[in-house]
Amino acid sequence: MTTNPTVSGSLRNRLVLALIGGAAVLAILLFFTVRNYAAQVAQQGQDNILEASVTSILDAAALRDGALEVDIPYAAFSMLSTPSDDRVFYAIFRDGEFLSGYEDLRFAGGLGESDWSFKTGEVREELIRQVSASRTLVGLDRQTEVEVVLGQTQDALSETLDQISRNAAFLGLGFFLLTAALSFWITSTTIGQLNKLTTSVTRRGPQDLSPFKKPVPREMAPLVMSLNSLMGRLDQSLSQSEDFIAEAAHRVRTPLATVRSYAEATLHRVERKENREALRAMVRAIDESSRAAGQLLDHAMITSRADRLERENVDLVELIQELVQRLTPIAEMKELSLCLTGDKSVPYSGDPILIQNAVRNMIDNALKYAPADSIVEIEVTAKPEIKVSDTGPGFLPSEVDRLTRRFERGENAVGTIGSGLGLTIAKDVATAHGGMLVLSNRPMGGACVTLSL
Amino acid sequence: MRYIIALMLAFLPGAGWAEDWEDQLIFNEGAEGPRLRVISSTDTVLFAPLIEEFVAKNPSISVEYLVSGTADINMRVRAAADAFDVVVSSAMDLQLKLANDGYALPIDDIDTPHWAQWHNSLFSFTTEPAAIVINRAAFEGQQVPVTRQMLIEALRKRPEEFRGKVGTYDVRQSGLGYLFATQDARASETYWRLMEVMGGLDVRLYCCSGEMINDLADGTILVAYNVLGSYAAVRAEGKDALEVIFPTDFQTIMMRTALVSNATREPDAAEAFIRHLVAEKSAARETQSSLPPLTSPGGVTDRETIGLNPALLTFLDDLKRKKFLSAWENAVIQ
Repeated sequence: MTTNPTVSGSLRNRLVLALIGGAAVLAILLFFTVRNYAAQVAQQGQDNILEASVTSILDAAALRDGALEVDIPYAAFSMLSTPSDDRVFYAIFRDGEFLSGYEDLRFAGGLGESDWSFKTGEVREELIRQVSASRTLVGLDRQTEVEVVLGQTQDALSETLDQISRNAAFLGLGFFLLTAALSFWITSTTIGQLNKLTTSVTRRGPQDLSPFKKPVPREMAPLVMSLNSLMGRLDQSLSQSEDFIAEAAHRVRTPLATVRSYAEATLHRVERKENREALRAMVRAIDESSRAAGQLLDHAMITSRADRLERENVDLVELIQELVQRLTPIAEMKELSLCLTGDKSVPYSGDPILIQNAVRNMIDNALKYAPADSIVEIEVTAKPEIKVSDTGPGFLPSEVDRLTRRFERGENAVGTIGSGLGLTIAKDVATAHGGMLVLSNRPMGGACVTLSL
Repeated sequence: MRYIIALMLAFLPGAGWAEDWEDQLIFNEGAEGPRLRVISSTDTVLFAPLIEEFVAKNPSISVEYLVSGTADINMRVRAAADAFDVVVSSAMDLQLKLANDGYALPIDDIDTPHWAQWHNSLFSFTTEPAAIVINRAAFEGQQVPVTRQMLIEALRKRPEEFRGKVGTYDVRQSGLGYLFATQDARASETYWRLMEVMGGLDVRLYCCSGEMINDLADGTILVAYNVLGSYAAVRAEGKDALEVIFPTDFQTIMMRTALVSNATREPDAAEAFIRHLVAEKSAARETQSSLPPLTSPGGVTDRETIGLNPALLTFLDDLKRKKFLSAWENAVIQ
């Protein structure tokens, strides 16, 4: 009955992927940002120390009798001590002429008091950070430029960076995992709303076409609204067609009754055998149509009552007893007897009219198929369960599933009057009461229909 | 005959080179394996036990032990780095500069505290204080000076007795002497006053601790300042005449350091040798070796061990050195 929708992609997967993908991108971005920032800060730290050191060396430069003296303070190199024991190179120049230190260092700054130059370069196969600065000393007769270059390897710096990178990686990973967990949670809560709606749609009875009243998130409101409007239209058209059928059945039944009484009257007057035969067939056909119309009316009634089930406390045994009494004359006409067995009293809360209707259809069926002079057994038990069994031909096992559908008739039924609605009505009643209808065959032959409520 | 003379002449420079060493000894000479050339400022007597233990553990290695002054070692290594495998010296500043300048081969994973190594290439294995050593006889009935100030007063009190009979390092020749002097000068002004007093008493200048102790022992001098404690202790044991004083005002403590030459031909053996030195000396156990073990700088109060850090480069700066030496000469040579 239900056709599977064409599935293309998954909202959950798309959400999770988008969120996790976003988280991954953010985590990577976070990692590089932290790392870059830390690298800058660390480099700034090294530069600051180198700058302080160079400043102290420049400050220690003095002209004495025209000779340049640079009394390097002990702290100037002492402050360059690092956990990784970075190598230190320095050179002192006077007016561009090498004075002391490491000759392979090149002065890279401009001239002037405030000119500082920081650069990274290679000296003695080591990558070093190099600072150049100069200072003008004014002597008696002339000015002298003292230039200092200070370089330091970057082992400690790269170690610090490695550590920071590791920490940043952990931070990024932690952020990612947290966000991933969060995105799973967000996705399942979001999808959960859809699932809730799906469940409430699935749980509905087959006849329930009332609008959804439970609160839903704003985004789902249009969906629920169109669902409600669809069901409203469906409900309306359904009840219209049911009304139409009921009306049509009603309209057909009354003239049929008239036609039948005319046919009966005519039958009594007609003498010729072939005419009588034709009239009898006519009466039978009229009976069949009128019965079908009656059942259609019943079905429409049951459908509307089942929609708005009104339960009242009844005794099932009493209810069925009454029905059996009513049907006994009909059974006797067919030379059959009805036998009610089971518990003494079975209290139940349900719609008595629906239950009586269902059981009547079940007994009708049994009366139709039972052979003459046999007994139709009706058993009421406290489960509660009403079982109607006959000794007729029974059901074909291949048809059992099909028989409770509308207008379906068994192959055994050929030649018997029937609309195909009887078992449908019984089943609808069972479903409306939350029970079911089970068709089976008795081991000794004959059909057994069980209505469990 | 002429040929032989010519041959001898041809070998003379080599022979002369060999004679340049203060001492030269080959341990485990018959060994088939590599020969390790160790250049060191430590007297053979003091260092021999360490090498003997090493060759006992590594019988295939022979060790050629060459002794020279600290300044000379520095020059020789810079001139021909591939001529030596291991460089041992008490002049921490020169050693650090060698390492800083790239003459040292880094060795990874040596089990030694951070303060006892630099850049994984320079390793200290002893802790040795500078000491004042006096001839007991000269202080008979006098108070034994335990601070520099007391020494200054003692010298001033009896200038005639001490004239020409005080000795210290010639910092121009000795790397260790220069290290002690610069560290002393950093620590206190007292150093300069002491130098002036000693200069006024016609101080005798020495290249090495050994000679100073010899002269002390035979009475040539009565007081020696900034002698290596370890050398003095060895001699003081035998000679009741000498007393080793570790000044109580402040101490200058040196760590003997070793490095593997960057141009070594036997890196594995050299590394094993350094590991042996460090392991032998940092283990806090009594060894037969006469060199004192490596002790933590924080271990004893009022001791200041010279740190292995780039600050040691400061006084090796040409301008700074010139300035210091001229101040020193002004004080000592009057």
